[in-house]
Amino acid sequence: MTSTKTTPRSATGSVALHGVTKVYGQGEHAVLALDGVSLDVAPGEFVCLVGASGCGKSTLLNLVAGLDRVSGGRIELGDGVNPGLMFQESALFPWLTVEGNVDVPLKLRRLPRAQRRERVAELLRTVHLAEFGRKRPHQLSGGMRQRVALARTLALDTPVLLMDEPFGALDAMTRDILHDELERIWTERKLTVLFVTHNVREAARLADRIILLSSRPGRIIYSTPVDVPRPRRIDSPEIGSIAAEVTGRLRTEVGRHGQ
Amino acid sequence: MASDTLADAARADAEISGLDALEIAGRQKTTTRAVTIWASTWPKLAALAIAVGAWQVVVWAEVWPSYSLPGPGTVWQELVRQAGGAQLWDGLATTLRRAAVGYVFSVGVGLLLGLAVARFRVLRAAIGSMITALQTMPSIAWFPLAILLFELSEEAIFFVVVLGAAPSIANGVISGVDYVPPLLQRAGRNLGARGLNLYRYVIAPAALPAIVAGLKQGWAFSWRSLMAGELIVVGISQTSLGAQLTYARELADAPWLLSTMIVILVVGLGVDAAFGAADQAIRRRWGVLDQTGQ
Ligand SMILES: Nc1ncnc2c1ncn2[C@@H]1O[C@H](COP(=O)(O)OP(=O)(O)O)[C@@H](O)[C@H]1O
Ligand SMILES: [Mg+2]
Repeated sequence: MTSTKTTPRSATGSVALHGVTKVYGQGEHAVLALDGVSLDVAPGEFVCLVGASGCGKSTLLNLVAGLDRVSGGRIELGDGVNPGLMFQESALFPWLTVEGNVDVPLKLRRLPRAQRRERVAELLRTVHLAEFGRKRPHQLSGGMRQRVALARTLALDTPVLLMDEPFGALDAMTRDILHDELERIWTERKLTVLFVTHNVREAARLADRIILLSSRPGRIIYSTPVDVPRPRRIDSPEIGSIAAEVTGRLRTEVGRHGQ
Repeated sequence: MASDTLADAARADAEISGLDALEIAGRQKTTTRAVTIWASTWPKLAALAIAVGAWQVVVWAEVWPSYSLPGPGTVWQELVRQAGGAQLWDGLATTLRRAAVGYVFSVGVGLLLGLAVARFRVLRAAIGSMITALQTMPSIAWFPLAILLFELSEEAIFFVVVLGAAPSIANGVISGVDYVPPLLQRAGRNLGARGLNLYRYVIAPAALPAIVAGLKQGWAFSWRSLMAGELIVVGISQTSLGAQLTYARELADAPWLLSTMIVILVVGLGVDAAFGAADQAIRRRWGVLDQTGQ
């Protein structure tokens, strides 16, 4: 129990990777998943990582989340920052209600019961699920489950949010709405977001900056700021032209593996 | 500008709740409790009727003389008579006490063994296959050894009961822990559950359905071993249900024998139903029964 502070907003939300390398396995079966990735994410910045599947995006998030160890290089986070991680599947605990799920990180931080109840209610309001606290995950739709997962991650009170294709399994309409929601929460809470997707338009819709990773080994091959004012629409021409540019690069990169 | 944002927020709210309402429509169950209970009860009543009917038909056909195979009516009268006396209840109490002690012991051993094997990789190879091997051993084959070791005592019975039941329970724990989805473990770790907390918040609850299945199977094994034990290790107690079966056979008292068998069957069914209910409750909570209209 290093910190029981409820508002560690003062903790800086910066994320810095210095020459991060990740090798899976050993000997001739070793896979070089990431090769010397260096990246600076400013506090409050929204960065999208784009790349073909298998290029090491999930690996990178796992490393930043501390669920796995780097093989080389280092990762710097603000003092006492434990980033929150969201997955493509909501990874909710099916044996708990919606409230119970959001309560888990609060319990693990040993907050008093009254305070926890208040926080759970507040977080569920934030994701518009106030009336669904007593439901079980299987009674909700995919989009609702992802919002519960978001609330649960926000319950960590961490300034850094890592998202691994969180909307990949949702239909376009739901995804659109969740983009708006995520953008609102990111602004309100001044979060730093590292968002992985293979949907280039989604990246352009959300990001301050898009980073393109090459495949095998994963390296940063392209990076572009998205200077489109918010609020944005995913079907706007500005977003479209940025997406087209990134898609072009991505195709070239994928084509490189064809020869 | 401010009113604009407010209007936007209100619109977003409406959109979200509209979408939610559409998406979860039809997910709510509408069947009442009475309907559910009736749906699960009538097949059992039908099965009972068929069994009693078939029994009566065999009796009417006089395949066996009625002193060997009395009809349901006679046996029912005997059962009612027994229920009025002390012998049946004493026997039931003795048997149930042994069942409880043997089972609790098996659960303790099974859980510890299962956790140890699931936790420590070294134990896995050695003990894992030993547990599987133990399970193929018919429990009754242990009795001669048990009697050599413990003589004709309750310890001999418990020895066999635990050997029969603990491996199933351990296996339930092992497979439960093995099949905890890695995604849930990673989510748990990310939320701050490490070490023992990971067991408490993620692994134990995720493994619970498999553990309950193991407990259920373990009960079936221990109940069978106990009955075998009571038939073989007669003499240490006059009244256990198994001993009563033996005495009834020796006295050629068929109604007594059959009514005792019915008591044994009912106890087995009762405990099985309790496990079934626990299993159902867990699966409903976990969402496995979702939308099956069950
Ligand atoms: N636990 C693991 N063991 C071995 N190889 C792995 C493991 N996890 C990922 N990899 C490999 O590392 C590479 C990157 O994987 P991943 O980070 O999941 O890619 P992405 O998320 O971009 O699709 C892939 O080639 C994958 O096969
Ligand atoms: Mg991935």
